[in-house]
Amino acid sequence: MIKDFGKYAIMFVSLVLIQVLILNNIQFSGFVNPYIYVLFILLLPFNIPGYILLGLSFLLGLSVDIFNSTPGIHSGATVLLGFLRPGIGNLISSREIIEKGNTPNLKQLGFASFLKYTIFAVLVHHLFLFYAEAFSFGGFFHTLLRTILSSIFSIVLILASQFIVFKN
Amino acid sequence: MRSLFRFLLRNYFLMMFLALEAISFVLIVSFNNYQRVTFFNSSNNFAGTVYEKFSSIDDYFSLSRTNARLAAENASLRKQLQFRMSLQEQYPVNRPDTVDAPAYIFTSAKVINNSVNKQFNYITLNKGSRHGIKPDMGIIDASGVVGVITNVSPNYSTGLSLLNKRFSISAQINKNKYAGSLMWDGEHYNTADLKEIPFNVEVSVGDTVVTSSHSGIFPEGIMIGTIIKRDVSSGTNFYNIKVELSTSFKTLKYVEVVQNTKRTELIKLESNNVGE
Repeated sequence: MIKDFGKYAIMFVSLVLIQVLILNNIQFSGFVNPYIYVLFILLLPFNIPGYILLGLSFLLGLSVDIFNSTPGIHSGATVLLGFLRPGIGNLISSREIIEKGNTPNLKQLGFASFLKYTIFAVLVHHLFLFYAEAFSFGGFFHTLLRTILSSIFSIVLILASQFIVFKN
Repeated sequence: MRSLFRFLLRNYFLMMFLALEAISFVLIVSFNNYQRVTFFNSSNNFAGTVYEKFSSIDDYFSLSRTNARLAAENASLRKQLQFRMSLQEQYPVNRPDTVDAPAYIFTSAKVINNSVNKQFNYITLNKGSRHGIKPDMGIIDASGVVGVITNVSPNYSTGLSLLNKRFSISAQINKNKYAGSLMWDGEHYNTADLKEIPFNVEVSVGDTVVTSSHSGIFPEGIMIGTIIKRDVSSGTNFYNIKVELSTSFKTLKYVEVVQNTKRTELIKLESNNVGE
């Protein structure tokens, strides 16, 4: 448990830093900004207590918000993702894996399930994020386009990072 | 009462979710107003320090480009100086210059954080109130207008980039001095819309757009961009003008902060007219 705490603490800090220092500077065609820090929420173990899941989600979003000067926007999106994560987990995975309290990573779930899991999670997060940022449904399709393009990049990066970490 | 507690306890996951979303929502509506971005922004010391450290590493990768740009700016300033000097030789003027202190003071600063891909882009600079930066000062770079300062901490400052839909600037067409307001279209990081230019004005593609004399923040005649498209929209009296911005926001490194030393005097004088 203590070992896990250290592991997740390092992951939290490094994902936030990678996000704000590197990925926020990828300004491909002015449309695409991948947000892969949500990977932290995805990788929390399945049997984590709900209050820790929501609390960590909020903290994660708030950390990114402070760097982006956008209070509330990222934290709202991450809390929504944290809330829906058990549901998404049930949708894509067998009861057996969930009850064992495994970490939902690429190795445990297999490629197809992990891909589905990531797509659902990233879409939920990005949809909330981009509409909260625009704060209106004016320019609905323009925002939708930005959401979808950025989601594709985020999903690809999340999958790539999993392959790098678990390559052996 | 007890059953209420039991209900809350049983549904604590949902309740906690709603509470945290409510907090986020309150944060969104109360702090994202750009004038009130006070605590949670990147001009606070912690985030500022992290950005500055990272930017000092990042700088090495763009040294040659930055050098080339600074050299080009030096050359153009030298040319202007030469021109002024030769003018002075031809038409020498003798007058005491003390009354006419320069209206604009420039402070150079480094961009330590900047974005172009949001709907509301902000910019963070490595100078703050200790260096004399105050809110409402303009930000320019060698190629044109960048934005305006909104928040200052002792060592850092943040501002609205021109690429922010909450920001508009008074701009004029250089050849005939007709002024309108320029606002980012929220779509592409190098185009903006120039509004309120009536039909009777002669406008053509390729005209330059510069800051107007009405702004009080920027000196008159700072480059903003060139006109690339001009439509006549039906039902209104105005053109739809697209301007290609001259500043390259993606590669912004060094900027100058402009202080209008006579701005307080100007505002005080103009505020006398209100209510009459």
